[in-house]
Amino acid sequence: MNNLILKVCTKVLFTPIILFGLYVQFHGDFGPGGGFQAGVIVAAAFILYAMVFGVDKCKIIMPTKLNFFLLVLGAFLYGFVGIVGLILGEPYLSYDLLGSTKQSGQHIGILLVEFGVGLTVCNVMICLFYSFANFKFGSNKND
Amino acid sequence: MDLIIKNLPILIVITPLMFSLIVAVLPNQRHSWFLTNLASLLTLFFSILLGIEVSEKNLISYHLGNWPPPLGIEYIVDKVSIIPIFIIAVISCLASSFAHNFFTSEVYNNLISKTYSLWLLTIAGLMGLVTTADAFNLFVFLEISSLSAVALVAMGSKVDKKALVAGYNYLILGAIGATFYVIGVGLLYGVSGTLNMSDLSQKIPELGLNKSVIVAFTFMILGIMVKAAIFPLHIWLPNAYAYAPSPVSILLAATATKVAIYILARISFTIFGTSYDIYSFESLRYILLFLSICAMFAGTVMAIFEKDTKKLLAHSSVAQIGYIILGISLVTKAGIASSFIHLINHALIKAGLFMSVVAMSFYTFKRIDATSISGIGRQMPITFFAFIICALSLAGLPLTVGFISKLYLIKAAYMSEGIWLPFLILLSSALSLVYIWKLIEGLWYDVDKNNKLKIKELPEIYIPLLIITFLNIYFGIDAGLIINSSYNAAEALLNGIK
Repeated sequence: MNNLILKVCTKVLFTPIILFGLYVQFHGDFGPGGGFQAGVIVAAAFILYAMVFGVDKCKIIMPTKLNFFLLVLGAFLYGFVGIVGLILGEPYLSYDLLGSTKQSGQHIGILLVEFGVGLTVCNVMICLFYSFANFKFGSNKND
Repeated sequence: MDLIIKNLPILIVITPLMFSLIVAVLPNQRHSWFLTNLASLLTLFFSILLGIEVSEKNLISYHLGNWPPPLGIEYIVDKVSIIPIFIIAVISCLASSFAHNFFTSEVYNNLISKTYSLWLLTIAGLMGLVTTADAFNLFVFLEISSLSAVALVAMGSKVDKKALVAGYNYLILGAIGATFYVIGVGLLYGVSGTLNMSDLSQKIPELGLNKSVIVAFTFMILGIMVKAAIFPLHIWLPNAYAYAPSPVSILLAATATKVAIYILARISFTIFGTSYDIYSFESLRYILLFLSICAMFAGTVMAIFEKDTKKLLAHSSVAQIGYIILGISLVTKAGIASSFIHLINHALIKAGLFMSVVAMSFYTFKRIDATSISGIGRQMPITFFAFIICALSLAGLPLTVGFISKLYLIKAAYMSEGIWLPFLILLSSALSLVYIWKLIEGLWYDVDKNNKLKIKELPEIYIPLLIITFLNIYFGIDAGLIINSSYNAAEALLNGIK
């Protein structure tokens, strides 16, 4: 797509979309929002970029390997926060002992876990987009 | 150590789960294989500790995140769930140590680490299915285990593109099954307001005669019947087992359907056991009885006419699932115990058979079909010996585990239904000899083919195989452990019915 208006608009919108995604992410503690929605919003920024500038350009800012690594890292973060609670002597996924008080512990735990969810959802969306964008009929190449 | 003992029910789930995430990003295949084995060994170790704990305490309840049930998610390990936990732990351990050579040759190189990751994810999902006592959490694990199993089946596409179609069929039917289950859970939640299994079993009888409960029961049972591949709903199974990479066939054949059968027993006895009298669910058992008899014969006959070796074993699995369901459908202590005995024994038998057959195919570098491994038995004495033992065990020869399960099943069937049911069981067992002989004949007497291959059997392939063969004989002679634990499980399940 060689439309100048589209390119300029995308450049202008790219950062605010991510910013809005982060707002939804961290607002999830107190109101509507959270990791799932935020992940999809952040991924939308990358997908918009890829649609306007091409998948190859998008792979420069989000390489496939980094994408897969972040995808795994998010899920790992979720599990790991649970294990920290387990090591501190509480049941799995209990956040009570993560902070100085019970409330702050729950707060920190949920924040980290939701961040893991957001990271994974965002990268799963980008990963799905990449695999469909790279799909060619009749090719046996595996990517 | 105290920390480990306290957290055992969750450790058997998160160990494979966390390792699967680490394995996914490792670049080196050898390292991924090593970590996969480490994870399976750790899971086995935790399962053994859990077994010791359960034998002392009868029931271990674990509250996730310190939220007490029925609000929070509860994990329960009791004398029933310890049986599938052991099956999964032992089989995954043996199959992972066996897997390396096969994945290197049967899966695209850049996907091997991810295959190991999916492998561990399947194990984590199955473990979660067994331990959870929350009806919705069960659905989540159902999705985890079956989606990763679908991807594993599709990994076989390097050898044969049909693996993609098989995986797709498995995906669609599995998704329908899971959807049916979750519709049932939704309806139950709507009328009772709870998802915890023991809480459900208390609240459902209080509702009196309620149409939503009947619909929910039907949806849940039907959904799980698809997953367990009970006779008319088994269509996905033969292709999925046949075209999956070899280690995946072993894992799925020995664990996935067994766990689904365990869930079937859990739903019908733990959740709905208390409301049997209100809805007269008791009479529904004749439907299961009829279907299991159909499965016994249909599976065996299909296996007799099947040419593809792996598909033949898959069809035989359908028949064996029929035996297991038959035991459950008797709804007596002896019947349920016999079905649990066969649950364990069939996992051992089928794992051994699949292992030996794929070990033979490994040296011919071809997908197993009618002719590619014929006559190979003479050149692989160790593998063929293991194959013979497992095949005889499937037929039910004395001194093997197959005999024990047939004996107890026939006894239970005779006690509750009279002489006609044991007759049918014996008839289908006799028919199964036909396809077993067909396999042996092809492998041993067809000397003209494959006689130019120079085969040196690899110890990393035959040692796990010999271990499982040894288990087949050992538990055939000293069956006390299996029989006692199965009777305990049956008693615990029947306690739910009032």
